[in-house]
Amino acid sequence: MIADIKAFLSDFLVLGDPLIYGADISIVLSMVAIVFVLSYFKKWKWLWKEWLTTIDAKKIGIMYIIAALLMLFRGGIDALLMRSQITFPNEGFLDSQHYNEIFTTHGTIMILFMAMPFIVGMMNVAVPLQIGARDVAFPYLNALSFWLFFVGAMLFNLSFVIGGSPDAGWTSYTPLAGAKLDPGPGENYYLIGLQLAGIGTLATGVNFMATILKMRAPGMTLFKMPMFTWSSLITSLIIVFAFPVLTVALALLTIDRLFGAHFFTIASGGSPMMWANLFWIWGHPEVYIVILPAFGIFSEVISTFSHKKLFGYKAMVWSMVLISALSFVVWLHHFFTMGNTAAVNSVFSISTMAIAIPTGVKIFNWLFTLNKGRIEFSTAMLWALAFIPNFLIGGLTGVMLAIAPADYQYHNSYFLVAHFHSVLIGGTVFGMFAALHYWWPKMFGHVLNEKLGKISFWIFMVSFNICFLPMYFVGLMGMTRRMYTYPEGLGWMPLNVVITIGAFGMGIGFIVMVYNIYWSARYGKRDKTGDPWGGRTLEWATTSPAVEYNFAHIPKVETADAFLHMKEKGTTGQISKAPFKPIHMPNNSGKPFIQAWLMFFAGFGLVFEWYWLAIPAAAATMLVMAFRSFEYHDHHYIPVEEIERTESATGRLN
Amino acid sequence: MKRLTLKSLGVLALFLVFLTGCTNKVAVLNPQGPVAKQQYDLIIWSFILMAIVVAGVLIIFIYVLVRYGRKNSKGYDPEDEGNAKLEALWTIIPIIIVILLAVPTVKTLYGLEGPPKPANATGKKVEPITIEVTSVDWKWLFRYPKQGIETVNYAVIPEDTPVKIKLKAIGAMNSFWVPELAGQQYTMPNMPMNMWIQADHPGDYLGRSANFSGKGFAHMSFHILAKKDANFDAWVKDVKANKPALTMEKYKKLLEPDIAGEMTFSSYPKVLDKKDAAMEQHMNNDDMEGGMNHDSGH
Ligand code: HEM
Ligand SMILES: [Cu+2]
Repeated sequence: MIADIKAFLSDFLVLGDPLIYGADISIVLSMVAIVFVLSYFKKWKWLWKEWLTTIDAKKIGIMYIIAALLMLFRGGIDALLMRSQITFPNEGFLDSQHYNEIFTTHGTIMILFMAMPFIVGMMNVAVPLQIGARDVAFPYLNALSFWLFFVGAMLFNLSFVIGGSPDAGWTSYTPLAGAKLDPGPGENYYLIGLQLAGIGTLATGVNFMATILKMRAPGMTLFKMPMFTWSSLITSLIIVFAFPVLTVALALLTIDRLFGAHFFTIASGGSPMMWANLFWIWGHPEVYIVILPAFGIFSEVISTFSHKKLFGYKAMVWSMVLISALSFVVWLHHFFTMGNTAAVNSVFSISTMAIAIPTGVKIFNWLFTLNKGRIEFSTAMLWALAFIPNFLIGGLTGVMLAIAPADYQYHNSYFLVAHFHSVLIGGTVFGMFAALHYWWPKMFGHVLNEKLGKISFWIFMVSFNICFLPMYFVGLMGMTRRMYTYPEGLGWMPLNVVITIGAFGMGIGFIVMVYNIYWSARYGKRDKTGDPWGGRTLEWATTSPAVEYNFAHIPKVETADAFLHMKEKGTTGQISKAPFKPIHMPNNSGKPFIQAWLMFFAGFGLVFEWYWLAIPAAAATMLVMAFRSFEYHDHHYIPVEEIERTESATGRLN
Repeated sequence: MKRLTLKSLGVLALFLVFLTGCTNKVAVLNPQGPVAKQQYDLIIWSFILMAIVVAGVLIIFIYVLVRYGRKNSKGYDPEDEGNAKLEALWTIIPIIIVILLAVPTVKTLYGLEGPPKPANATGKKVEPITIEVTSVDWKWLFRYPKQGIETVNYAVIPEDTPVKIKLKAIGAMNSFWVPELAGQQYTMPNMPMNMWIQADHPGDYLGRSANFSGKGFAHMSFHILAKKDANFDAWVKDVKANKPALTMEKYKKLLEPDIAGEMTFSSYPKVLDKKDAAMEQHMNNDDMEGGMNHDSGH
C-alpha cells in the first residue's frame, strides 16, 4: 500500500530529476512572489475587477500578448536546452526521453501557445479600433476564448512538473502517440491542452468574422478596410474551417487512448495514417493562420513608415484570399514520403508551388510600397524590412520542399527545420515584434525606446541568421530532426556549434527587448497625441491608450486610410467633440474565468483518467453555461457626464 | 541595411563552396546512384531558379532602400498606389517559374516509380534484386527472400544493380533514408511500400531513419555496402556457410524495443515468409487490456 502510494507520487511528481526540481522550485517561488505582491499592494480586487473579469477586447488583447511573451520565454528556454544538448557529438546533458519531451513542448508551445495568442492578441488590440467599433461582436465569448486558451496553455505546461511531458513531437503521429507505444499521461496533456485552447480559438474565429463583417464604422466598405483587418478577416475564415478538424482529430485520439477505441491503431481496422491526414488538414491552414496576420501588419507598418499608400491594395487582398483557398489543398506535402502514387504527389507538388504565386505578388507589392516613399527606419519598420529577405529565404526553400522528389531528400532533415523557422520566425515572430513596437503606445500610452529597440533588433536578427542558415547545410549533410545526439566523425560538429551560438544570441536579443519594455514603462516617452507615427488608420484617431469605449463618436469613413483622410480634411476633432449620447457597453463577468477553470479541472481529470474529477467538473461547466443563458442584465450605459469627464481628462474636450 | 547584402552574399558563397569543394561531406549533394542523381538534378535546377529570384528581389530591395531611405529623397509620391502593367508582370513571372519547376518534378516523379536505368549502359539488362526492409523499434531488419538470408542494421548490395526495397514497419513508423543513394520513404505498419535504390560504385553508404520513432530513434543508423557482383555473390555464400540461423526465438527477441548492433544470419524461419503478415498484425495489436488502464496511478 505505502509502496504503491510512493510509486504513484514518484510518477505524478516526476521525482528524481534536477531539471524538474528546478522547475518545481521556480514555480513555487514565483507563485509565492505573485501572491505576496498582490496582497502587499492590496491588488487582489484590482486584479479581479480590471483583468480577470474584463470583457474589453483591448485588455483581453494585452493579456493574450503577455501570455504569448511568457510562452516565448518558455519555448525559448526549451530551444536553448535542445541546442545545448546537440552542440557537440555524444553529449550527455539531456537523455533521449528528456530531449524528446523538450522538442515536443517547444514545438507545440511555440505554435499553439506563442504564435496563436500573439496574433489573436494583436487582433483584439487593433481590429475593433481599426474598424471604428467599440468592442468585438461577442465580448463575453471573447473573454471565454481567452480563458480557454489560457487554461489550455496552463494544463499543457503543467505536464512538465506533474506526470511528465508529451514526447511524440508536436505532430503527435500515431501509432507512436497511441496508448500502446506511449502510455501514461504525457500525450493526454497534449490532447486535452490543445483541445481546450482550440475551442477558444474556434470561438475567436467566429467572433472576429462577425465583428469585421457587421461592426464596421459607417462608410467603411470592405475595400476600404485597413490591411490588418483584412488579414484578420481571412484568418478568421481559415480558423472557422480548419479548427473543427483539429477538434475532431484530438477527440478521436483521446477516445483511442482513454477508452480503447481503434481509430488510429492497426488493430481492428484503424488507420494510423488517418491521423497524419487529419492533423495536416488542420496543420497546413494553421501555418497560414499564423502568417497572414503578420502579412497584414507588415502592410500597415511598411505603408506607415514609407509615408505612402499601400501599393496594389486590391492585389494584396485577392492574393490573401487565394492563399487562404490554396492552404486547404496542399496538406499532403507533409507526407510526400508516405508512399503516394506519382499522380497524387504531382498534384500536391503543383498546388503547393502555386502558393508561391500570390505570395510573390505580395512581396513585390511591399517592395513597390517602399518605392517612391520616404522611408523612416523606426524599430517597427526595421522588423518589417528584415522580414522581406528573411521570409524570402523561407518561402523559396518552401518551394524547394514542394518539389516532391527533392523533398525525399529534405524531409524531416534539418533543412526542413531551417525552412519552417525561416518562415515562422522571419515571418510570424518578426511580424509580432513589429506589431509590438507599432501598437505599444496604443496599448500602454508610451512608446518603446527606439535605441534599445534597434539594439535588440540587430542582435536578434543577425543571430537568427547565424542560427538557422547553417541548419540548411546540416540537413543536406544528413542530420535529421529530433535526434537527441549524433555520433562523431560525420562532420556535423562545426556547423552545430555555430547554430548554438546563434541560438544564444537570439536569447540575448530577446532579453534586451524585455529590458526595453521595463525601461520604457518607467521612462519611455508618453504619447499624448494618440498618433505617434503619423498613422493612417482609425486606431490612431483615438487616445493612447484608447478609452474604454474606444470612440466617443463613431467615426465616419470615406476612404481607405480613413484617419489620414480626416487629418487632410481637418475633421479629426469630430470623433471626440460633444454633444455625446450615452454609450451602450457590455458588463464585465467572472463567468468566463470560472467556466474555463472548471474545464481545466475536467481536463486534468481526463489526463489522469480520474473520472471522479472529470465528470463533476464537466457538469459544473454546463451549470455555468446554463446560468449564463438566464442572465438578462448583461449590459449598461455609460452616462454622458462620465463620457465628458473621460474625454476632458484626455484633453480632447475644450 | 548593408549588412543584409553582405549576409546574402555570404550565403551564396557558402553554398558555392559546398557545390564545388567539399561535397563529399554533404551527402545529399553527393549522389552515388541514379535515383539520388535524379533528385540531385532537380535540387540544383530549383536552386538556380531560386537564386535568380533572390537576386532579383534583393536588387529591388536594396535599390529602394538606398534611393528612398533618406529624409528628402527626390521622387516622393505618397499617392503612388498601383500599376497594372507591373502587377501583371510580377504575377506572370512566378507562374513561369512554377511551370519551369513543375514539369521536371512530374517527370521525375513518374521516372522514380520504375527501376532505375543502369548508369554505365552496357546494354545488358540487369536482373533487379529484392530486399525486404522492416523497421522495428529501434533497428533495421534486411531480409533477402531469394537468397534466404537476413541481416540487421546493414545490407550488402551489388553495384549497378537495381535494388527493390520493400518497406514495412513493426511498431512505430520510421523512414528509410540513404541520402547518397536515394531520398527517403516511410516505413508504415500494415502499409507495405516500395522504393528503388542503386549504387554506381562499390562503397559504404550511411543511412538512417528520418522519422522520429521514440527513445532509440537517434541510434537507428545503418550501412549499405555496395560490392562488385562477384564479391556480392561471395558474401552471400559466406553468410550461408558461416553464420548462425535466425531462430524464431531470436526473431521475437529482435522485435522487442531496444537498439542493436549489426548482425548476420544464414537463414530465417521460413514460416515468416507466409506468416509474416500475421506476425506483424499481432505485434502491432494492442495487448488485450492495453489502452484502457495503462500505468496511470500505479
Ligand atoms: C530561439 C529561437 C528558436 C530556436 C533556437 C529553435 C530551435 C529549434 C530546434 C533546434 C528544433 C529542432 C529540434 C529537433 O528536431 O531535434 C526546433 C523545432 C521546432 N521549432 Fe523551434 N526554435 C526557435 C524558435 C521557434 C519558434 C519561434 C517557433 C514557432 C513559431 C518554433 C517552432 C518549432 C517547431 C514547430 C518545431 C518542431 C518540433 C517537433 O519536431 O515536434 N521554434 N526548434
Ligand atoms: Cu504545409
